[in-house]
Amino acid sequence: MDSTRRTFLKIAGACAAGLAVKPATDALAMDLVLPTPKSAAPDAAALRAGKWAMVVDVKKFTEESRQAVAAACRAAHNIPEIPNEKHEIKWIWEEHFENAFPGQGGEHLPPEVSRTPLMVLCNHCESPACVRVCPTKATFQRADGIVMMDYHRCIGCRFCMAGCPYGSRSFNFEDPRKYLENPDPNYPTRTKGVVEKCNFCAERLAIGQLPACVEACQNGELLFGDLEDPSSVVSQALRANFTIRRKPELGTQPKVYYII
Amino acid sequence: MYNTGKIITGLVIFFVVFTFPFWFNGAKAVPAPKPSLDTPKINELKAASEDGTVTCLMPTEYMKSEHMVILNEWRTADVRRADYTASYNGELYPMSLSKTCMECHSNKADFCDRCHNYASVTPYCWNCHVEPKKAEGE
Amino acid sequence: MIEKALTGGKGYWTWVVCLLAVIGAGFLTYLYQLQNGLGVTGLTRDVSWGFYIAQLTYLVGVAASGVMLVLPYYLHNHKAFGKVTILGEFMAVAAIVMCGLFVFVDLGQPMRVLNVFLYPTPNSILFWDMVVLNVYMLLNLVVGWMVLQAENKRSVVPKWVKVLIYISIPWAFSIHTVTAFLYAGLPGRHFWLTAIMAARFLASAFCSGPAILLLIMLALKKIAKFDPGEKAVKGLSIIITYAMLLNVFFLLLELFTSFYSGIPGHEHTFVYLFAGLDGKHFLTPFMWAVVVLAVFSLVLLVVPKWRNNIKVLVVALVTLIAATWIEKGLIMVVAGFIPNPLEHVSEYAPTAPELMISVGIYAIGALVVTILYKIALGVKKEAATM
Repeated sequence: MDSTRRTFLKIAGACAAGLAVKPATDALAMDLVLPTPKSAAPDAAALRAGKWAMVVDVKKFTEESRQAVAAACRAAHNIPEIPNEKHEIKWIWEEHFENAFPGQGGEHLPPEVSRTPLMVLCNHCESPACVRVCPTKATFQRADGIVMMDYHRCIGCRFCMAGCPYGSRSFNFEDPRKYLENPDPNYPTRTKGVVEKCNFCAERLAIGQLPACVEACQNGELLFGDLEDPSSVVSQALRANFTIRRKPELGTQPKVYYII
Repeated sequence: MYNTGKIITGLVIFFVVFTFPFWFNGAKAVPAPKPSLDTPKINELKAASEDGTVTCLMPTEYMKSEHMVILNEWRTADVRRADYTASYNGELYPMSLSKTCMECHSNKADFCDRCHNYASVTPYCWNCHVEPKKAEGE
Repeated sequence: MIEKALTGGKGYWTWVVCLLAVIGAGFLTYLYQLQNGLGVTGLTRDVSWGFYIAQLTYLVGVAASGVMLVLPYYLHNHKAFGKVTILGEFMAVAAIVMCGLFVFVDLGQPMRVLNVFLYPTPNSILFWDMVVLNVYMLLNLVVGWMVLQAENKRSVVPKWVKVLIYISIPWAFSIHTVTAFLYAGLPGRHFWLTAIMAARFLASAFCSGPAILLLIMLALKKIAKFDPGEKAVKGLSIIITYAMLLNVFFLLLELFTSFYSGIPGHEHTFVYLFAGLDGKHFLTPFMWAVVVLAVFSLVLLVVPKWRNNIKVLVVALVTLIAATWIEKGLIMVVAGFIPNPLEHVSEYAPTAPELMISVGIYAIGALVVTILYKIALGVKKEAATM
């Protein structure tokens, strides 16, 4: 087409006019200014930390306490019990030593170690592979070390499930509400098509409560605290006991420590 | 013109399909929705206030047009920034659909759904966020 | 030029209508999956990627293989491929369209797919996969169209198209490398954690893609009276042979590292594939089928007397495509999840809805190829360059 100075100026003028449309319509719209929610002072009751971590004292667990821990998590988060094992959703559950720590045991473990199950959950790694691969940052790492899920943003691609070296993540293959008769209104359920996992009870920490699994322990089986606070229960436990973590050679720096 | 028959037929079909919403409803307009503010919590607040009125976070007109934006910002603040409380008009509110909005507007079917059904909008909030159970007598 | 796809004989329209019917059935099945969730597929908590993602992986390879025609012709003036580069480019477009669709049907929340654009995450390989695949599709579409248009108008190809062609050559390598990076960077999946993943992918792509293309070209000889030329067929079959040799060699390299090192994490999956593990052996017959088919096709391809015999060549190509498809389109993805990170063996098999949706997507790819090839061949016929 013939490009003359006149044509160029006409088009430029039209663009400039176009840019003015939004401010004009805004001004004509109702005279209400949208206030961004101004954060209030941080909730004084909230628990804060530099690096949340958990210590699992395996020897202290009994069958009752293991079940209580899993049940507390399930109840606090509306986690459905799905009979089809292929679609099951679990945030904290039991595994045997040879499954939780493959390659570390061998044939000559003490029988109580090899036969007694222990609890496994998301390790809230410091260098999480799942966060690295998520294409939308739907799973992200908070400043206090918790690896969070944003169910609003998750597109259900399940790359994080492939990336997790611990099998900690579950996918909603069907509508979870089918399996929840009375969901607790204090925490949302999830919807089909999103991935979920343990969130170190971030919603409970926000109102000054310890994670549900930790609270369900009567005997100090699960310890929860701030690694950066030398006086926290986890720091004390780590100084006093030799602990192991799952698959440490992978560089993920898990923050769930096990006293075997 | 060429293909007059086909063109006229095509135009007639197009016109019929295009005006479907109008003639299918018998050219009647559905009355505008009236969300109900009759909930125990709102009535309680009304009784306790000086002039018998209660405001939401912001005036009604504002809430009508901006509540989706507010909820979007809330969920980003809550989940992604661990930012749980906000102040509106000098008062502090937890940024929560279930705990703040639904505390007063506990009648989803008579409040939220009335306008949403009219506008044929299906927000997916309640796929996950649990609706408050109906109290007795609601 | 699009009008060339709107005129055709009875055979053409019957084929198109059949494809549309299959697409319709696949679409309805997809609505069923959308309504009920991905639980209607065979995917499980342990094997969280399955048939859909496996098809994506295979088809990225097919798309990249267009470069096996473009590179010799544009970089090295190998005139024999001149007539058929357009076929490679258009097949790449169809393959990428199918890739995008397979990703889409695999998503749990497909309505949110735009989140990948709204919240770009450069540290995620999936983000880059999305970028390179889309750009590659546009490259091939634009280049193919412009070259065809030049032929149609008996004019010269504009200079900027040449620039895009030169870009598309390394870009083709990049799309499959990025796809390999999806797998090869995950610390917890030992079956995939190999430096030669991208090399294996490319070798497999450069034999399977051209094999499919060659079969289509031989079919077009009968259906559309389009003669690719003896030199093109010979040249392509030699490329396929070398690529398949490399592909099998790479697999043997993997087997050596796994079994000679004796590291359980590296061995377990291969043991599962070849012999079964914990009493579970669903994929074992498939793995052995791959071995038999691959060796068989290689024997037929390596001997020139057989490779140059069209009838034998067709058999070799079909068995090669079967071997590579089973290996890449079923075994590679699924076996990466077995055993799971907690050393449990839990198996996977696709379900009927999953397969129907996949067939529907393949039908869409076939339709795209049909339309684009109809246009290309129509142009060539008119320009009497057939």
